[in-house]
Amino acid sequence: MSIIKASNIVTKFGSNIVHDDISFEVKEGEIFGILGGSGSGKTTILRELILLQKYESGDYEVLGKNIKNLSDKEKYELMGKCGVLFQFGALFSSLNVLENISIPLKEYTNLTNDMMIKASLTKLSMVGLPLRSAYLNPSELSGGMKKRVGLARALIRDPKLLFLDEPTSGLDPKSARDFDELILALRETLGITVVMVTHDKDTISSILDRFIILGDKKIKFEGSFSELTKNKDKSLKEFWDDK
Amino acid sequence: MSHSLASFVTILQNKDLITYSCSGTWTLLHVADISKKLKTSYKNENILFDFSGITSFDTHGIILLIDTIKKLQKRGCKVQKTGGDKEFLKLYEVCEKNFPKELISPPQKESLSEFFYNIGKITLTSKDTLINFFSFVGGMSEAMGRLFLKPKNIRFKATFYHIENSGIKAMPIIFLTSFLIGIVIAFQGAVQLEKFGANIFIVEMVVISVTRELAPLLTAIVIAGRSASAYSAEIGVMKITEEIDAMKTMGFSVWDFLILPRVFGLIISLPLIVFFADIVSILGGMVVALAQLGISFEEFLNRMQESVEIKHVIIGLIKAPIFGWIIATIGCFRGFQISGSTQSVGKYTTISVVNAIFWVIAMDAIISVLLTEIGL
Repeated sequence: MSIIKASNIVTKFGSNIVHDDISFEVKEGEIFGILGGSGSGKTTILRELILLQKYESGDYEVLGKNIKNLSDKEKYELMGKCGVLFQFGALFSSLNVLENISIPLKEYTNLTNDMMIKASLTKLSMVGLPLRSAYLNPSELSGGMKKRVGLARALIRDPKLLFLDEPTSGLDPKSARDFDELILALRETLGITVVMVTHDKDTISSILDRFIILGDKKIKFEGSFSELTKNKDKSLKEFWDDK
Repeated sequence: MSHSLASFVTILQNKDLITYSCSGTWTLLHVADISKKLKTSYKNENILFDFSGITSFDTHGIILLIDTIKKLQKRGCKVQKTGGDKEFLKLYEVCEKNFPKELISPPQKESLSEFFYNIGKITLTSKDTLINFFSFVGGMSEAMGRLFLKPKNIRFKATFYHIENSGIKAMPIIFLTSFLIGIVIAFQGAVQLEKFGANIFIVEMVVISVTRELAPLLTAIVIAGRSASAYSAEIGVMKITEEIDAMKTMGFSVWDFLILPRVFGLIISLPLIVFFADIVSILGGMVVALAQLGISFEEFLNRMQESVEIKHVIIGLIKAPIFGWIIATIGCFRGFQISGSTQSVGKYTTISVVNAIFWVIAMDAIISVLLTEIGL
């Protein structure tokens, strides 16, 4: 079953065409990557999928809903089923870690305070942070910790679909691999579908099930890593060859 | 949502075994309802949880189960579990592993000792701020001295940019306020002076008070509101985006590039603006003098030349660059204190405007007393 279906997407910024008629599909339970050089419009696709960016023409179907012309209520419903981790965490700087994680529960559910704290602390521990970090402010966290808190916040309502924007950029190699492991483990236990924008070669080779490579306004490649290594196209070599 | 409450959990009480039969959808949407149904009042009983009827679940449903079981165990119950498919048990295991063993609470503060702690903290930070400010002013004087020896290094383009942005663009609002102040002073004075028949003294009253005190002060306050905040926010955001670090590593002096153009900009533009503000507010006074007291423009100007000494205007103009220096220095200094979060931008921008206005007024008072004492 496909979770996301993009068909014939065209995106323009002014007269500058970013995507020219691209189509792809994300299947349930997949870890799906959007790759490409800088300026190729990877993040733009992600922003279009999470309703932050308008596109010229074409259709996106997310969780079985066409996201063009959604009413406000439908938008909230759809985004309630999605979790988003922004590149730098995008934590609310006026709230501490625990409040950052629990704020979606506070706003959208009628759980008791006690249950909210327990659920938030469980998620905090799931993303591999110690409980004592719960009362720190975002400004006291390192870049990697911010991303983990951001992930915990994205996961708090048990989304079906998780969007990650460059989850391992700015992390040291060990934290980056730990983060990859974490995403695999979360997919395993929570059964979520993951869509991520990434540059990280190790992430590409180790955890992505399938991915697309953008270039020249089109999709240059769609498939898995083993399929990519067999591909003869020289311009794609940079995505899998270390030399 | 066709489930009634009973379909989430049924509690069967036998002689020596209490069975919780869980069923239906244990997801975030229903957790609040289910939790009302889950009784935890049993003590020292044998309890069996049967998960086999659960059709769908998420972490929140499972956390509720774990929480209930932990509470029962605390009350001395023996809890056993049965049923549940593979996926359920896997997620259950993960959640149980990550379930917080204790609820850590935020660091508690004692109110009285907190009060004294805050006083001490504020005292210490004030001391630090004062020392930092002196060091900032020292650094600035050193940089200024260096630039006067090598005037070629003065960033003229940046200085003119700040003269335009902080000076020229502020003129309309300053003209308007000055004109109104001239009108207000003349109007209030006219009523009193008319009683004594001393109509012509309106000239001294308006011209001296406006040129010596009010025009420089009001101009400085308006500029402080406009530019001190702008300088703090600009420099603070540059600090957050590491622009300032980049400048330092490339060997660009922050003094020459950022601070001195702003300081020079205000030192140069304030006296000029005050000069215009003087003219406009005197004009305001003239209009009221004509309308209320029937003193023509010509009479007004003649009387002004005869009886108002030029020193008042000069004192006003001498104060202006001092105010300009205060505003620019405080704006830049507070800007460099901004760090880390977006909140600190707001905090220090506010502080910078309040400080700048306060020190402008304080400096005006000091100068007023000093000059009057030495008889000027």
